[in-house]
Formats: sequence, structure tokens, C-alpha cells
Amino acid sequence: MKGVSMKSIWRGAAGLLLFALAGCSHQGVLDTAGPIAAGERTILLNSTVIMLAIVIPTAIATLAFAFWFRADNPRARYLPEWAYSGRVELVVWAIPILVILFLAGVIWVGSHDLDPFKPLPAEKNSKPIEVQVVSLDWKWLFIYPDQGIATVNQLVIPVGTPVHFSLTSASVMNTFFIHRLGSMIYTMNGMVTQVHLQADQPGTYWGQSAQFSGDGFSDMNFKTQAVAPADFAAWVAKTKGQGPALDAKAYAGLAQQGTVKTPYSYGVVQPGLFNLISTQKIGPAPGPQAGRGGVNVSPRTPAQ
Amino acid sequence: MKLLGKLDWSAIPLDQPIPLIASGTAGGLVVAVVIYVWAKGWMPYLWHEWITSVDHKRIGVMYIILSALMLLRGFADAVMMRSQQALALHGAQGYLPPEHYDQVFSAHGTIMIFFGAMPLVIGLMNFAVPLQLGVRDVAFPTWNNVGFWLTATGALLVNLSLGIGEFARTGWLPYPPLSELAYSPGVGVDYYIWALQISGIGTLSTGINLVTTILKMRAPGMSYLRMPVFCWTSLASNLLIVAVFPILTATLAMLALDRYLGFHFFTNDAGGMPMMFVNLIWAWGHPEVYILVLPAFGIFSEVFSTFSGKPLFGYRSMVMATMFICIVSLFVWLHHFFTMGAGGDVNAAFGIATSIIAVGTGVKIYNWLFTMYGGRIRFEPPVLWGIGFIITFLFGGLTGVLLAVPPADFVLHNSLFLVAHFHNVIIGGVVFGAFAGYEYWFPKAFGFRLHRGWGITAFWLTLAGFVLTFTPLYVVGMEGMTRRLQHVDNDLWDPWIILAGLGTVVIAMGVAAQLIQLVVSIRQREKLRDVTGDPWNGRTLEWVTPSPPPTFNFPVLHDVHGEEAYWGMKQAAIAQERLYDEPDYKAIEMPRNSPTGFVTAFFATIIGFALIWHIWWLAGLGFVGAYATFVVFAWRDEDEYEIPAEEVARVDRARRAARGPEWLAAMETRA
Repeated sequence: MKGVSMKSIWRGAAGLLLFALAGCSHQGVLDTAGPIAAGERTILLNSTVIMLAIVIPTAIATLAFAFWFRADNPRARYLPEWAYSGRVELVVWAIPILVILFLAGVIWVGSHDLDPFKPLPAEKNSKPIEVQVVSLDWKWLFIYPDQGIATVNQLVIPVGTPVHFSLTSASVMNTFFIHRLGSMIYTMNGMVTQVHLQADQPGTYWGQSAQFSGDGFSDMNFKTQAVAPADFAAWVAKTKGQGPALDAKAYAGLAQQGTVKTPYSYGVVQPGLFNLISTQKIGPAPGPQAGRGGVNVSPRTPAQ
Repeated sequence: MKLLGKLDWSAIPLDQPIPLIASGTAGGLVVAVVIYVWAKGWMPYLWHEWITSVDHKRIGVMYIILSALMLLRGFADAVMMRSQQALALHGAQGYLPPEHYDQVFSAHGTIMIFFGAMPLVIGLMNFAVPLQLGVRDVAFPTWNNVGFWLTATGALLVNLSLGIGEFARTGWLPYPPLSELAYSPGVGVDYYIWALQISGIGTLSTGINLVTTILKMRAPGMSYLRMPVFCWTSLASNLLIVAVFPILTATLAMLALDRYLGFHFFTNDAGGMPMMFVNLIWAWGHPEVYILVLPAFGIFSEVFSTFSGKPLFGYRSMVMATMFICIVSLFVWLHHFFTMGAGGDVNAAFGIATSIIAVGTGVKIYNWLFTMYGGRIRFEPPVLWGIGFIITFLFGGLTGVLLAVPPADFVLHNSLFLVAHFHNVIIGGVVFGAFAGYEYWFPKAFGFRLHRGWGITAFWLTLAGFVLTFTPLYVVGMEGMTRRLQHVDNDLWDPWIILAGLGTVVIAMGVAAQLIQLVVSIRQREKLRDVTGDPWNGRTLEWVTPSPPPTFNFPVLHDVHGEEAYWGMKQAAIAQERLYDEPDYKAIEMPRNSPTGFVTAFFATIIGFALIWHIWWLAGLGFVGAYATFVVFAWRDEDEYEIPAEEVARVDRARRAARGPEWLAAMETRA
């Protein structure tokens, strides 16, 4: 029985590894589409390999010791008093310390290199694109201040150009996360966070919130379209002047709780709107309204 | 003002069949059990021997029963979550609407941590620590009972929310501003706050009690460096409780002030700072993980040593690693919000601090490894849980250190990878450890062993189900799936979500096997009976006394000479082929049982419920009742009773008779 049990434990452990590797082959955080995500993948893989180098031998040793020193193995030596060895202790402390020392270097360098607030080096002729992000209950608003347009649940960016995101929240906390481009960052009311990302290949990338923000959270996702710079310019020109205008009044409507199924865009944006939101000149968005349970009753009634 | 505050008929979920039927069934079962117990005439026994008991062993058992019930409730939530996600693919909405699903995952986390894992670990510490220290009870026996019943009050309040009102829809840590009145106007967050505040007092009481017991009440001769490692890890765990539970209480008190009295600690407006809540809650929350896992490490230390027939390898190293983890665990909490943009220096400092903890854990794993080296390992269920733990924890530790690397966390934070990681360490570490402890100490508590075959079956099913459930979650996490999604719109994730759902079925079979094990063991208790009190050839003092131990634990307090107190005595007895001489038995004074804890908890339940529903007069009444209970207790005339010397002698002579020459010979050959 014991032999079988050991084998199954080991099979489970091997399965875990295989699953992890197999699962990363398509569209995952390891299938990177930009320099930040690529840097993070490198660190992720390096750290994993460093640790596997010690975890796998330890796992094998555990199973080997347990198997060999089973009570009914007459060939195993019984050392009933053996409870201390200075040499073994030295090794036992040294191995984890050395691994962590090595990893600490990775952590220190990586944390500084890939700090979300750190600007990306821009090529000579390309200026970073500015995008201001507001998370609302439960949709994403993207304002392009330089272009004077805005979109909801749809982000369009030019390939090969750094994008500087400034982020805030209209109400509760969320995180802004496009996993194939890298670093996520929190959005918080009354505060501005920043992240610099870049897409190196054209494509449509899944984006969402990673911080639970209420009943409509599961629909709070968006598509990021990375397009050629010329296509981006064309898209801006097409969007500009078309569709509704985003001013304080339109924003107040948008800030009501609810989800947005079909992405859309605003052709005009009131200048400085983002600053009014992030500095709370425009107050925090309201929570649940009548019909979903006010302050006096338990909000049992479903959203809609 | 309405007489019943916010409470009216709309609080009962008449329109929602799932919580209505679930709470109706649960409530009906409780009533049925009470009626059955009453009709059978068991009530006086339960009241005098258990409910009012100040015996640390019985309180420990009651903690574990509470925990078992709550683990089942939490597991039911888990099954609902996994099945909901598996049914809500491709735009389907599943069977749980968001406002219900959000309560389910919040309740799952809250119940599993506060009312599943905590009582399990505290129950085992309560039961075993005084026995291992060779003393008669904890430092404050009545307070111990109060602590238990306050924990039970918290559990009751959380479960009441199923049928009256709602539970929080915020996640198990109610991050503001979502948890503030503006965005959560219902009673859900209030249920959360008061359940945790009341049970938090219970937990803090236990912490103070056990720290005092370990520091001040050891058997004669038991210096710190002669304590069993489980006592050391319990000391570390309880020191952490005393250090950090006040932070939780203060943080939740501030949230309560915001919600009840219009304060602005964590609100969006009027200068509130929601980030401060996140900061404070994790200053409690990360040490909490070590509060849970350190005692589990202690259990594994006892188990590996006992079943290998060897002392623990590197005892002093183990003590150092334990205290190292205890201290460093206080300096790592920021890794829960690397993605809030603290900057490179801060992130790197906390990332490195976090990975340094792995040094302590690594040392422990190697020491267990070398404890097995040169041993004669008996593969009883506790050892299987132990080996299963080492293997799963190695990988759980790996993914944990990975999440401590800030750039990796930037893409894995709040993903299902994170969910898989903490289940990997909490199930693989805390739960496996507690199950090992349950199998290990069960014969001590009840005088008969648990059925071995069903124990092994439960282990393999749980391990397989665990791997099957959480490996897919690692994978979807790597594919960018974030946690707490009520429905899923991404084709890539579908197969893994379904696989994880199937894994839950296998875990459920493991749960069933464990329940069957208990029933089968009780039915076959005569066959599984252990009369010697030392069924595993133990090494620490709890095995010197009969099973179940008498109220006073030890007929005489033993002098401790060296580590492994009982092993030394046993070897001396084997060498001399006889037990030590019969001592001079004396009468023993023991504390009287007291209804204080139960009555206090009754009033605490009223206070909690009244505050949740804004029934101010009832809350006031509850406070007066609770205070009156305290006054009555404080002015009691008699607090102890005497157990006559003849009774002590009778118990000890029975034990000595069971440990005759045959037993000594058997122990010698087994060693």
C-alpha cells in the first residue's frame, strides 16, 4: 500500500507542474504583448525556476525518506537517538538563505525596473499617448485628453507607442488590468495612480477589474484594441465630433450604478473633467438607489 | 423610531428559495436536535458536563465540534461557488444572481477563516497544550469557557444572516468604500462587523489565556527549552493573537463608527482614507495566516517525531525558526497591496521581507525530513496528512514567494492564481495539520482510536480533490482570470472552471469519508479502545495520563528531566522493568464549572443582533445583562471544589494496572 501511496503523491505533484506549464501556452499572462508584460514574464519564470531547483529535490527527498525508512523495511538503518548534526543544520539554514538572497536581488531590481509609475522610454518620433481612466460602477471610462475624445468599455491604443495611464475611481476601489500588457494598478476615489504600458503587436486584449466592486463586477470588462499608429489616427479622426459629448452632466448620468453592454464613444470631452473627478470637485458617485433597498431595509431586491 | 429598528418582514427572503430552504432546514435541524436531547433527558448532563464546563479538554472538544459544523457550512458555500461558475459560462447566468453569489463568497471566506480554521486550531491548542505542559488546566479556566461561547456567538450571528436579512456582499475583508453605508446600505456588513467583534473578544481571551498558561504554568522542571515544539508554536501563535487581534477590533470599530455614527475614517468624502483600512486590516490579516499555520507546524513536528520513533531533528533550530516566523510575519503585510502603487523601494522591502519568511519554513521542512531520516515510520493517518502537507506546501510556498515578487504580483494579484495559492497553503497547511492533530489526539480525548482504513481513504480523497480543484485555478489565474466573477465570458477559461468544479465533488467524497470514519469509529469503539493511554508510543506528557484524561489531567504532577519528558520516564520504566513507585496521592482542588460563559454569550448574541438591526433598547438591555453576569461571577463565594485523594488514587491505580509488564515489554519492542 505504501508504495502505491508514494507514487500517487508524486504523480499529483508532477501533474501540478505539467498543468501549470501547459496552461500558459495561449493568451495567458505569459503570452505577452508588450515590454512591461515581457519583463514581468522574465521575472516570473526566473523566480519559478530558481525555486523549483530546490523544491523538486526536496519533494523527491521527502518521498524517498518516507519510503525507505518505513517501519517494515529491514534494510533501513534505525537511528533512534539521531536528532542533531551541526553540519546538517548548517546546510538546512544555508540552502533557504542562499535561495532567498538570490531572489532578494531579483525582487529589488525588478521592483524598481517595473515600477508602474516609471515612464517607458519613448522612441524619438513617438510621444507617449495620455489616457485618463475612471472606474465607475460598473464600467470603464477612458478619456483621451490630447485628442478630446472618450470611450466607455473600449480602449484603443497605437502599437509601439508608450501609453501613460492616469487612473482614478468614481466610487469604490477597482484594479485596472490588461493581463497581456502587464502591471495592474488600483483605482481609488480622490487619488490618482499611474501605470505605463505599451503594446508591441496589434491585437485585441482582454481587460477587466481585479478588485471586486459590487454586484455588476462580473460585467466590468473591456476590450483593448492595439492598432497601427496610422489606424489609431484614423480612429481618432472618425470618433472626434461624433456621438454624445461628455460633460459634467453626462458624467453624472454615467456614474449611476449599472453596466454597459455595448462600448461607445464620446466625440467631445469637457476639458479638465478628469481633474474635477480625481480632486473630488465632482463628488463621489452615488451607491444603490431606491428600488434596490435604501438605508432602512436590507437590499434583497436584485439589481436592474 | 420603530420598536424593532430596521427589522421587518422584508428581512425574510421569502422570494428567494435557496437561502430560505437552507436556513429553514438548518434551523429545523437545530430545533430537532434540541428537542431530541431534551426528550432523551440528556440536557442536565450536557449543561453540567459540557456547556458550563471550564475543563480545557472539553472546551477544546467543543471548539472542534463548532469548527466541524462551520467547515461544513463553508464547504457548502464553496460547492455553490464552484458550481455557479461552472454553470455560468458563455453568457449563461448560472443559478445564483450576483447579489446572492456575492454573499456566498463573502460568507465562505469569513466562515472558513474565523469560524472554521480558527476554532479548529484553537480547539487543538486548548486540548493539548496544558496536557503537554503537564499542568491541570489553563491559567483562567472560566474565561476560557467565556471565550468559546463568544466565538460561538459570532458563528451564530453569521449564520442568522442566511435567514434574516443578508450577509456582506464585499468579500471576506470588507474593503471600503464598498463596505461604507453609501455603497452597502444593507445589514450585511453590520452582520460581519458584530459577528467578528464579538468572536474577536473570544479569540483575544484565548490568546491571553494560552500565553499566560505557557509562560507561567509548566510542570516542575519544564524549562522553555524542554517544552514540546507544539507548545512553542502555540506560544508563537498566541503571542501573534495578542499582538494583532486588537488591530482588527480597532479597524472594525472605526468602520462601525463610519456606518453607525457618520464618522469618516474610511469614507470617500470628508477626508476619509479607504487605503488606511486596507493597510490596517492586513496588518492583522497577514499575521493571522501564521496564527493559523504555526500550530499546524507544531502538530506535524509531534507527528513526524512520534511515528518515526525518533526525537524531533534539530529541536532548537525548530524553536528558532518558529520565533523567527512569528516576528517577521509582523513585517510583511504590505505585499497584499503591491498594486496600489507604493513605489519600488517600499514594494521591494516588503517583497524581500516576505520571502525571508520562507527561510524559517524551509528550515522546518528540512528538519521534518531529517526527523524521518533514520526512523521507523509507521504510516498511520497523521503521517499521511504530514507527508501530503510537505509536498503540497512546497508548491504552495513556491507560489507564495512568487506572489511576494512585486513584478510577478502585478499580473497575479487578485487572480485565481492567488486564490489557488492561499487555498494551497491553508488547506495543505492548516487543514491537513488540524486533521493530523485530530487523528493523533482523538484517542487521548475519547479513549478509542479512529478507524484507520476510513482515515486513509479520507486522506487520499481529500488530497486528490484538492489537487483536482486548485491546479486548474492556478492555470486560469495564469490565463488572467480574476477572482469573484459571478459569470465568465472567456472561452479559454471554460475547461479549467469545469475541472475545478469536478474537483469539488472529489473533496466532498473526502468530507464524507471523514464523517463515515467518525460514525464507524464510534460504533466500533470497543474494538478500537485504548486502555493504556499511550496508543502511539508517544513522547510527550499527554501520553502519560489515562485516556480520556481525568478532570485534573494528572494524578501527580511530573518532574521533567530533559526534552521529551514522557519518553525519558518510559525508557527508565523499560530499563527497570517497572513503573516508578506509587506516589503519595493528595486531594486536588479544581475550578467549579460556571454558566458565566454561556449566559454572557446569550446576552452578547442579543447585543449583536440588536446593533445589526438598530434596536437600541434591546442592545442596552443586552449590555446590562452581560454586565450583571460579570458582577454575579466576580462576587461568587465558592470557585473551587476538592477531588478526594481516594478518587485520585483510584484513577491512577487503574492506569498503572493497564501499564503492566506486558505493556512495558511491548513498548520496548516497538521502540
